[in-house]
Amino acid sequence: MARNIIIAILVVVVVGAGFWGYREHEEKNAILNHTENTYQRAFHDLTYQIDLLHDEIGSTLAMNSTEKLSPSLAEVWRVSSQAQNDLGQLPLGLMPFSKTEEFLKKVGDFSYQHSIRNQDHEPLTDENYDDLKTLYGQAADIQNELRSVQSLVLKDHLRWMDAEMAMKAGEEPLNNAIVNGFKIIDDKVSGFSEVNFDSETEHVAGNDEKIYERVKNEETISQQEAQEVAKKFLGRSRLDDVKVTETGEGLDYEAYSLTIADKKHNTNITMDITKNGGHPVWMLNERDIDKDVLSLSEAADNAKSFLDTNDYDNMQLVDSKQYDNVGVFQFVFVDDKIRIYPDEVVVEVALDEGDVIGFENFSYLANHKDDRDFNLELTKEEAEEKANGNLDIKEHHVAVIENQAGEEVTCHEFYGTIDNDTFRIFINAETGSEEQVEKLPNPEPVYH
Amino acid sequence: MKQNYTKLSVIKLIILMLFCLMSFTTHQSAEAFSGQVVQRGATGDDVVELQARMQYNGYYNGTIDGVFGWQTYWSVKEFQKQFGLEVVDGVVGEKTKAMLERATKFDKEFVHQNLREGRKFTYYGGVDKNIQRGPKGSKGQQPKEQPKEQPKEDGVAKQEEQKQPQEEAPAPKEEQPPPAEERPAEEEPEAPAEEPSPEEQEPAEEPTPAAPEPPEVEEDPAEEAPPEVDPEEEIVTPEEEEPEAQDDDMNIEKAMNVPEGFSDNDIQLMAQAVYGEARGEPYEGQVAVAAVILNRIESPIFPNTVSDVIFEPLAFTAVADGQIWMEPDDRARKAVLDAINGQDPSGNAIYYFNPQTATNKWIWSRPQIKQIGKHIFCE
Repeated sequence: MARNIIIAILVVVVVGAGFWGYREHEEKNAILNHTENTYQRAFHDLTYQIDLLHDEIGSTLAMNSTEKLSPSLAEVWRVSSQAQNDLGQLPLGLMPFSKTEEFLKKVGDFSYQHSIRNQDHEPLTDENYDDLKTLYGQAADIQNELRSVQSLVLKDHLRWMDAEMAMKAGEEPLNNAIVNGFKIIDDKVSGFSEVNFDSETEHVAGNDEKIYERVKNEETISQQEAQEVAKKFLGRSRLDDVKVTETGEGLDYEAYSLTIADKKHNTNITMDITKNGGHPVWMLNERDIDKDVLSLSEAADNAKSFLDTNDYDNMQLVDSKQYDNVGVFQFVFVDDKIRIYPDEVVVEVALDEGDVIGFENFSYLANHKDDRDFNLELTKEEAEEKANGNLDIKEHHVAVIENQAGEEVTCHEFYGTIDNDTFRIFINAETGSEEQVEKLPNPEPVYH
Repeated sequence: MKQNYTKLSVIKLIILMLFCLMSFTTHQSAEAFSGQVVQRGATGDDVVELQARMQYNGYYNGTIDGVFGWQTYWSVKEFQKQFGLEVVDGVVGEKTKAMLERATKFDKEFVHQNLREGRKFTYYGGVDKNIQRGPKGSKGQQPKEQPKEQPKEDGVAKQEEQKQPQEEAPAPKEEQPPPAEERPAEEEPEAPAEEPSPEEQEPAEEPTPAAPEPPEVEEDPAEEAPPEVDPEEEIVTPEEEEPEAQDDDMNIEKAMNVPEGFSDNDIQLMAQAVYGEARGEPYEGQVAVAAVILNRIESPIFPNTVSDVIFEPLAFTAVADGQIWMEPDDRARKAVLDAINGQDPSGNAIYYFNPQTATNKWIWSRPQIKQIGKHIFCE
């Protein structure tokens, strides 16, 4: 009797476990299937978009009339961003598949810049056409390779999940057809990535490279000297525990990274100082901040005097914001009453004790110079006429900004409103073209 | 003994009279700004008062939200110009404040109570206040939020404490219509909150006799309030205060500063990613992880939005294993803000990995920049 009961219970348990296991298995399969389908969709869509891209660039090349060129280039732009989007959904995050993304980005930049410009006044140059032809050829190559991977995927029912597993496991050599296929594509693109595109899409030197260029001829300092720089910068008579390390080859310029104990708050101050010239690049104090007893404007004064003592002269506060109990201040260099936006530093001040807890001057270090030439052909009034008529202009400055091509341009800077929104526009003071238009952020409602 | 008692009661009487007098006068001339200079980007009580006063005389028609944004800035400049102040700089210093105090009125209780309750409301002079307040929002209906923020409240600077008692006092009388269960939420936590305040100077202000405001009818249709969400609907929205939000002024603040180009939700998403990826790491390392996300957005070889970069398959382990859905702490959020404000301890890295756990060989081939905590950051 008892045995029968036990057997019955066991049967129920086994059946129950089996059923539960089956359900789990089903569920897992459903999720895996779903993920796989998402990947497949992105992949097939990508193949399709590259086809479209190729065709569209082709027809742009064939086009002669200017009024058709812009919409066509706009279409190229749209398709390339769609393709970029698809690519971003594929599990390629851990593999060197960067060249294809870069290609798509270049196509996108090229088509965007040329579609928005006035083709009547600035038609495509011969060079532009040559670039377009190159892009056309490259699109064809990528299209071919993708199509061949696609046919493999379809014929052998290759799964992206397997590719993902392979990439996660970091198998070397990767023997997954999809992964290999994509590697081949990327290698091909690498081969032609050096092609010189239109000057506007050419490589713009980043701040790191500029910092390297600027400091490379300055004197190298020792770790000890770096500590002296830090001491002076932080305005301390002595530093307690300091740990210094050096940055690796991945950074264009060489720097010391310092970790300095802040005994008073029981935290660390971290900062980077360039090896050449000993310029502080950034500084952070991670301490907790108590109640805010200082106003934003008192904190701004502290930030300003911090800059003064560290020999950042002629800096003007252009933006201030309070986050929690921290004030964040953007300062730019002012040369002959002209705001030089590329020469920017950001200073953070704690609103409890009023000390500087954050500093960053990548941009200033890369760009700052005292002697600039300014091209002011247009007067304020002339520039104002170029601005949107609906804009109620409230404030005007003269400013230097870096445009999309990475060149410094002198502009008339207007702040204006349309209804309740504030816009900032930069009109090139030499050519009168609209260099930049941006809507300035309004306070965001607290939703939660 | 007896004499002593009478003496005491006389003193009491005097104090009481003083109470009344002071509260009366404060009410008439309206509570003035704190001594601080208020400038663009600021948040807090002074900004609330500024916006309310500017709305009172029609120079400001935005929301009274406690954030000194662009709209407030233009209003201040216009006011300074129209009232003949010599400096038209949009900075609210002594002179502008004095002028505002002369030219406008400020009913602190009305404004702050409406803010606390999350109402949509306006504050135009000459208009009956009863028709200036909209339906009650979700604020004040969540008992949880109040005790949480109160302790922080006393950190808002001295002027807060002075004002605090005065605005709380009349609450019970005005609060008649709201449902009973709300009451404890509103009042109870307030009392202890005042205790820790170090300088309870001027106790005289405390028992301010309720401004003789007639009890509000809840359903008051707000005439100029923009189309509103149903109160019922708003109750549903979780009002739970997030610790990383602008905690100091949470109960008076209906808006916050956001960095250019990022919404609060972007920041939240990034904070979750940073927390999931690097919560045990030094602060510098957290800022560096946030900076890597931003560097990827800038980079041509990665997608160009916050969400696309974070959710790119296999890009971040925290996304793959679901750790991104943990609630981030204040530090993670602050790290994100620091990164958005330009800090980049990673040295412009677009990859990082944990050398202990990295299985992918390719990642080792990247030019390394530096190691922070247990992550190696590379180009």
